[in-house]
Amino acid sequence: MPVTTGDIRDWIQRSGQVLHENNAYLTQLDSAIGDADHGINMDRGFQAVNKKLAGMEEADISTLLKTTGTTLVSTVGGASGPLYGTAFLRAGVATAGKQTLESADLITLFEAALEGVKARGKAQTGEKTMLDALAPAIEAAKQAQAAQASLAQIVQAMVAGAEVGTKATIEMTATKGRASYLGERSVGHQDPGATSCWLLLQALADSIKQA
Amino acid sequence: MKKLINNPDDVVKEAMAGMALAHPDLITVDLENQIIVRKNAPIRDKVGIISGGGSGHEPMHGGYVGYGMLDAACPGAVFTSPVPDQMLAATHAVNGGKGVLHIVKNYTGDVMNFEMSAELADAEGIQIASVITNDDVAVQDSLYTAGRRGVGVTVLLEKIVGGYAEAGASLDQVVALARKVNDHGRSMGMALTSCTVPAAGKPTFELGENEMEIGIGIHGEPGRRRTKLTNADDITETLITPILEDLQLKNGESVLALVNGMGGTPLIELYIVYNALQRILKGKAISIARSLVGNYITALDMAGCSITLVRLDDELLKYWDAPVHTPALRWGR
Repeated sequence: MPVTTGDIRDWIQRSGQVLHENNAYLTQLDSAIGDADHGINMDRGFQAVNKKLAGMEEADISTLLKTTGTTLVSTVGGASGPLYGTAFLRAGVATAGKQTLESADLITLFEAALEGVKARGKAQTGEKTMLDALAPAIEAAKQAQAAQASLAQIVQAMVAGAEVGTKATIEMTATKGRASYLGERSVGHQDPGATSCWLLLQALADSIKQA
Repeated sequence: MKKLINNPDDVVKEAMAGMALAHPDLITVDLENQIIVRKNAPIRDKVGIISGGGSGHEPMHGGYVGYGMLDAACPGAVFTSPVPDQMLAATHAVNGGKGVLHIVKNYTGDVMNFEMSAELADAEGIQIASVITNDDVAVQDSLYTAGRRGVGVTVLLEKIVGGYAEAGASLDQVVALARKVNDHGRSMGMALTSCTVPAAGKPTFELGENEMEIGIGIHGEPGRRRTKLTNADDITETLITPILEDLQLKNGESVLALVNGMGGTPLIELYIVYNALQRILKGKAISIARSLVGNYITALDMAGCSITLVRLDDELLKYWDAPVHTPALRWGR
C-alpha cells in the first residue's frame, strides 16, 4: 500500500505528539552538549505546524510538507528551524504533484531532505548531527528496497538505521553546531538532533502501521 | 527555579512590552513581528543596522537600539536564534534607502536564520550586507568546530559601527569598519555558576562549590575546561593571556577594554577584575584608552565575567567616542 495524504497528515500530527512527549528528554540531551532548548523549540514548532495544518483540509502531500517546512523556519529558530524547515521544504518540492507515494518516492523525498540539510548546514555525516540519523536511515531504506521489501518494511528499516546512527553519535566528537565547542568533551553524549530525527522516523513508521 | 517571571512562555514578550513602556522616547516595540525598532525609523539616507540573537543576553541587543547604535533588534526565544521572518520585518522597518547591515554573532543557528532572511531581502532588491562576529578565543581549533563564537566584541562593534553609520558612511564603508573591529577584538569568559533557562526550569549544568568553567559561552554551554576556583587576580590573568597571545599586542599600543558581567556577578567584583586587568596591561606597556565595566552581554543569571580587548586606532576611537543614546548606553548626547 502506498503512502497517502492521510498518512502524511497523520505523520505530522503524530510527530507533534512525540516531540511534545519527548520535550524534556531532548532538552536534557541538549543540556549536556548544547544549550538546553532542542525539545522546547521542536515542540513549539510542531505545535505551530499542526495549528496551521488544521485549517488546510484540502492540502496535498507536497503542500502539507512545504507548509510544515515554512512554519518550522518561522517558529523554531536556532539551528533546528532552518535545518528541519529546509528538510521539509525540499521534501515538499520532491513530492510535487504526487497523490500517493510508492517506496521509490519515499526514498526520493528523504534524499531531497538530506541534501537540503547538508546544503543549509554545510555539514557532512560523522559530525554528530541529525545527518547521522538521516543518512543511515536512507541507506537502510535503499538496501531494503533492493531486497524487495514492502513499503512498511522499508520504513521499519529506516527507523532501525536511524536508531543505529543515533546511538553511533554517542562516540562521535562534534565538529558542527554548539556541541563542537566542547571538542573531546562532546564524546559520550547522544546527539539531540539525531535523536529528534530518529523520533520523527519512528512516528512515520507508526503512522503507516496504523493505516 | 526562583525567577521574577509570570510564565516561562511569556518571558520574552512581557520583557519587550516592559522595555517599550520604559523607553518610549527611544524605541518602539512591534510585538507581532517580535522586533525592537528605533524611534522614527527608517532614518532617511542612513545605513540601517540590525542585530539579533537569542534572548537572555540583556541588555544586548534590544538595549542598544537608538541614536548612534542599532536601528532594530530581533530577540529570539531565550538562547534561541530569532527566525528569518523577524529579521526580514526589521530589515523593512529600518531600510532608509542606503542599504541594511546585519550584525550576526557566529552561532550555527544565528548564521543560518540571518542567511535565510538576507536571501529573502535580497530577492526583494534590498541592498543587504552581513558581518559575522567571532571573537571568542576560548574556541581554539576552528577547523573542527563551528568556529569562534561571537561574544563581547559584538557590543563594541555595534557602538562603533553605529556611530559611523550615523555620520553618513555608505554600506560598504560600514561593512569595512565592522570587519576591522571584529579583526581587532578578542574575548574570553568564565563562569562561577550555571544559568537557568526559564522554560527548562533547572540549571543548564552543574559546577561544584570549588569549581569554575574557563572559556564559557554566553548560553551556559560548557567551556573548554573545568578547574579549581582561584582568586580574581589569577582568573583575570587566565582570561587575558590567550587574548594577548592572539591579538599580538605590542608595547605602546592602546586598547578599548570591556569587563563584562554574565548577569549574576555584582559590579563590585567586576571592578576588582578591572583593577587586575589594568595592572597586568600596564606591566606590558599596553594602555587602556577607553573602558566599559558592567553587565553588557549576559547569560541570564550566570555568575562570572568575560574580558574583551579591541586594539584601537584613531578611526575606532573616534566612533567609539561619538554620541550614543540607547536604553543601555548613553553619552555625548
